[in-house]
Amino acid sequence: MIPNTVSYSQLLRLTWPEIALTLAGILALALDLTVLGRASLAARLRAGVAVACAGCIAALFLLGSSAPFAGLPAGMFVVTPLTHVVQAALLALAIFTLLLSFSVRFTGHVGEYLALILFATVAMMFLVATQNLLLIFVALEFLSLSLYILTGFDKHSRQSAEASLKYFLFGGMSAGFLLFGMSLLYGLSRSIELPQIARALSLFLAQDPLLWVAIVMVAIGFGFKIAAAPFHLWAPDAYQGAPTVSAGFLASSSKVASFFIFAQVVTVALAPAAGSGAFRAYAPGWVPTLILIAALSMVVGNLAALAQTSLRRLLAYSAIGHAGYMLLGIIAHSPRGLSALLYYVITYALAVVGAFGVLGALEPEGIDRIADLAGLFRRAPGLALCLLIFLLSLAGIPPLSGFFAKFYIFSAALESEPNLGLLWLILLAVAMSAVSLYYYLRVLKAAYVAPAPEDLPRLRVSPATRLTLWVLAALVVLLGCAPSLLLNVIGLR
Amino acid sequence: MLAWTIYVSIAGALAARLAPSKQLARILALLAALSGLALSLTALAHWQPGQLVTVANVPWIPQLGISYHLAADGISLTLLLLTGIAATAGILFSWNINERTQEFFAFYLVLIAGVYGVFLSFDLFLLFVFYEIAIIPKYFLIAIWGSVPRDAAPGKEGSQREYAAMKLALYSFAGSALVLAGMVAAWVMSGSVTGTHTLDLQALAAIPFTQHFQMWAFPMVFVGFAVLAGMWPFHTWAPTGHAAAPTAASMLLAGVVMKLGAYGCLRVAMMLFPAGLNPWGFHVLGFGSWRDVIAVLAIIGIVYGASVALVQRDFKFIIGYSSVSHMGFVLLGLMTLTQIGLDGAVLQMFSHGIIAGLLFAVVGRMVYDRTHTRQLSELSPMRLAHVIPFAAVTFVLAAMASIGMPGFSGFVAEFQIIVGAWRTLPWMAAIAGAGILIGIAFTWRALTTVFFGERPAHAGADHGHPLPPITLPEKLGSLLLLVSTLTVGLYPAILTRLILPALQSPLFDGLRNGAWR
Repeated sequence: MIPNTVSYSQLLRLTWPEIALTLAGILALALDLTVLGRASLAARLRAGVAVACAGCIAALFLLGSSAPFAGLPAGMFVVTPLTHVVQAALLALAIFTLLLSFSVRFTGHVGEYLALILFATVAMMFLVATQNLLLIFVALEFLSLSLYILTGFDKHSRQSAEASLKYFLFGGMSAGFLLFGMSLLYGLSRSIELPQIARALSLFLAQDPLLWVAIVMVAIGFGFKIAAAPFHLWAPDAYQGAPTVSAGFLASSSKVASFFIFAQVVTVALAPAAGSGAFRAYAPGWVPTLILIAALSMVVGNLAALAQTSLRRLLAYSAIGHAGYMLLGIIAHSPRGLSALLYYVITYALAVVGAFGVLGALEPEGIDRIADLAGLFRRAPGLALCLLIFLLSLAGIPPLSGFFAKFYIFSAALESEPNLGLLWLILLAVAMSAVSLYYYLRVLKAAYVAPAPEDLPRLRVSPATRLTLWVLAALVVLLGCAPSLLLNVIGLR
Repeated sequence: MLAWTIYVSIAGALAARLAPSKQLARILALLAALSGLALSLTALAHWQPGQLVTVANVPWIPQLGISYHLAADGISLTLLLLTGIAATAGILFSWNINERTQEFFAFYLVLIAGVYGVFLSFDLFLLFVFYEIAIIPKYFLIAIWGSVPRDAAPGKEGSQREYAAMKLALYSFAGSALVLAGMVAAWVMSGSVTGTHTLDLQALAAIPFTQHFQMWAFPMVFVGFAVLAGMWPFHTWAPTGHAAAPTAASMLLAGVVMKLGAYGCLRVAMMLFPAGLNPWGFHVLGFGSWRDVIAVLAIIGIVYGASVALVQRDFKFIIGYSSVSHMGFVLLGLMTLTQIGLDGAVLQMFSHGIIAGLLFAVVGRMVYDRTHTRQLSELSPMRLAHVIPFAAVTFVLAAMASIGMPGFSGFVAEFQIIVGAWRTLPWMAAIAGAGILIGIAFTWRALTTVFFGERPAHAGADHGHPLPPITLPEKLGSLLLLVSTLTVGLYPAILTRLILPALQSPLFDGLRNGAWR
């Protein structure tokens, strides 16, 4: 039994990784403002990234050495092996993002930029390690605030400002929905701890119309965070306007954390009100709600992506489609479903960080339209190969990790209802993933098939970026060829 | 040992990509293909009839009951041989590729590795992985190195082949989406029927899936694979794809990739869900089962493909449509559900792979690369039989094989299919016979127009500049393919002794004991 009071030393022990990360953020900020104030931009970046990466690595070590099971009262801080894995993945993604920001040239505020990435990571680490509605909300807002700023960080670009404002307005509204839903849940169950809510709901179950309102509100709030249709309108603009590194961060890490906590909230707290979306076996609950959102996301995201000419907008719409697939993992509401969701979202994050990394390396050339990629295979064969791997993984071509992710999540979802009740949804998902190949191939066609318009010189890519991209590509291939490596840590126990 | 066919191809792809010179890349690729062929031939030499050789069986994703299970029975071995022959010949016929040579052979060998993998996989998941690996290289081979028809508008040369490449990729992917859905369903059902999930083909074949499940899973998976086998009305990718592809890629497409589809139909759809062929118990428009539906589609493919080939003006499109027609025979053979018909179907896969490869080699490499036109009207005045006699002789032999002349492999295969059909679907056998006649007609037309055309009245002299002579690699490639089709035609037992015992193995129990008996 966990005691009801918490000593500071206990708190300190539990949150060492987060503290290390925060300190690294403050250190990066302070160094940049004092010692490095007059150094060149490149030197400040080198020092800042080094400090920030050191912080992340220290946090990883602290994470590895901490107890696998621990907790604070009222579900405020819950550590399980699973949260450890997710936190480690978040830290790894942060490291990749930091390494890719070596070549950032759009801002002089290096310290602030790096610190914000670290603070956002801290927020996400808290987010995944709590089962308390209040802390979930606080961490989510902390995360969102950091992301709003990161999106608008390019002060010289009107697009960046517009993206940030749009993201902020939609985000603020959705936070309202989420808070309303949470307060209804609290009102219904007199608890803010996820397992307690489930217990309370299962007692008086469950025909209270307020519960359905709460479910819809929570779904809207999280639907915005994960950019699922019809709450996706901010995503294309944010992805297009934000600095590339921020966009990659937004599309990867925050997806991992948001999906994990979304799954926790609905599968743990709302477990008694699951319902069913099976063919001819409909029952109201959050499952049919999410099925609706998932189906819409898959259709809207993949079909809209067909019409895009901007690479970033294409990735944004494809991200909306992918959010639909990922929701299948939550819809399964089984241990296998959660494991499939984590596999999907982690491998997706790797591929998407890589794809944005490639775009970032192309940014100095002013490449954003698909047609601009023409001749890439000659100008930068390595980048072209990396892009091929990332996009084909997103399209779900074996032996890349995206394929197994799709297979696993479809299987888990189909298994969750007796008599293949969700077959219609899986057929829709499979059909949409066939559609998605078309637009990914369009990009690759430009990069591999089209000849360069005139004799452009070879592209120069910084060694850090190149190394990061190769590592990411290798991970995408490795996890696709040997999914067991990841399944062993996120799988069923 | 057979697993090395896959590994050697992948290693060859890497080596060719990294090779410093073009010539070295060609030689490395040829070596990789030859060693694949040698491995298959070695296996053939040591083969005991009826055996099922397990090459590798290790857990791959144990959490989901998926294993890395490679094995081969007689059917697999037949198709492995075909792959080895077609791959080697294809490399010989693409010796003249000079643009991005290293990449060409890299994509080519990745495709070959995927094909070997499909024929060797005995786990459905693994089979699907290899099946999809083969799609992407096809796209790039056509889109980058494809041949451009002469009548394409200036500046638009690329768009036609990109259109063909994209069409092919999307058809393949749509088909494999159906297969993926069926595979996911099979995985879930295997768990709910037996308690443990598996995708092992041997295990799945033994699971008594419910009739209801098989009734919809069978057509879904069958059609998914049949898209790649060129089944009417999902065949339209085939003629455009074949025509736009570079020679080696059309040889592979028609020769091997279409067989992936047909193989999937037999190995996955029919072997795992045989009850899907049972009568529905009612009739719609005269159709009483999926078997009737597919057989009729196959017949339409045979007659339609041949008829369309009869009126084409583009030499390569004629061969492209003839592939649709000949693949119709494979599907018809499968639907006869008799030993002899199934045996004929597998034999036809092999035979058509060789013959289509030969035809495309003549059209694409020997004729088109020299004359730069595929239009019959432009080829006819050139009187190619006098200019490049080797091509003419090769084409005559290939045409004889293609129309089913005894002595060539095509005869044995199509004869068995017709006999099988005669026993179970007699009126369909009659129509298929008519399809053969149309086949003779369009082959004859192509042969006489292209190679033995009339000397134009107004032109006194022969075609202005002489064409480059036939090179050694071309001769070797033609020889390899001709010897293969003649060997099988004169001594079919070399393959039937592999195929028939495989069809009698317990794997096909469901197919032998179906309700249609």
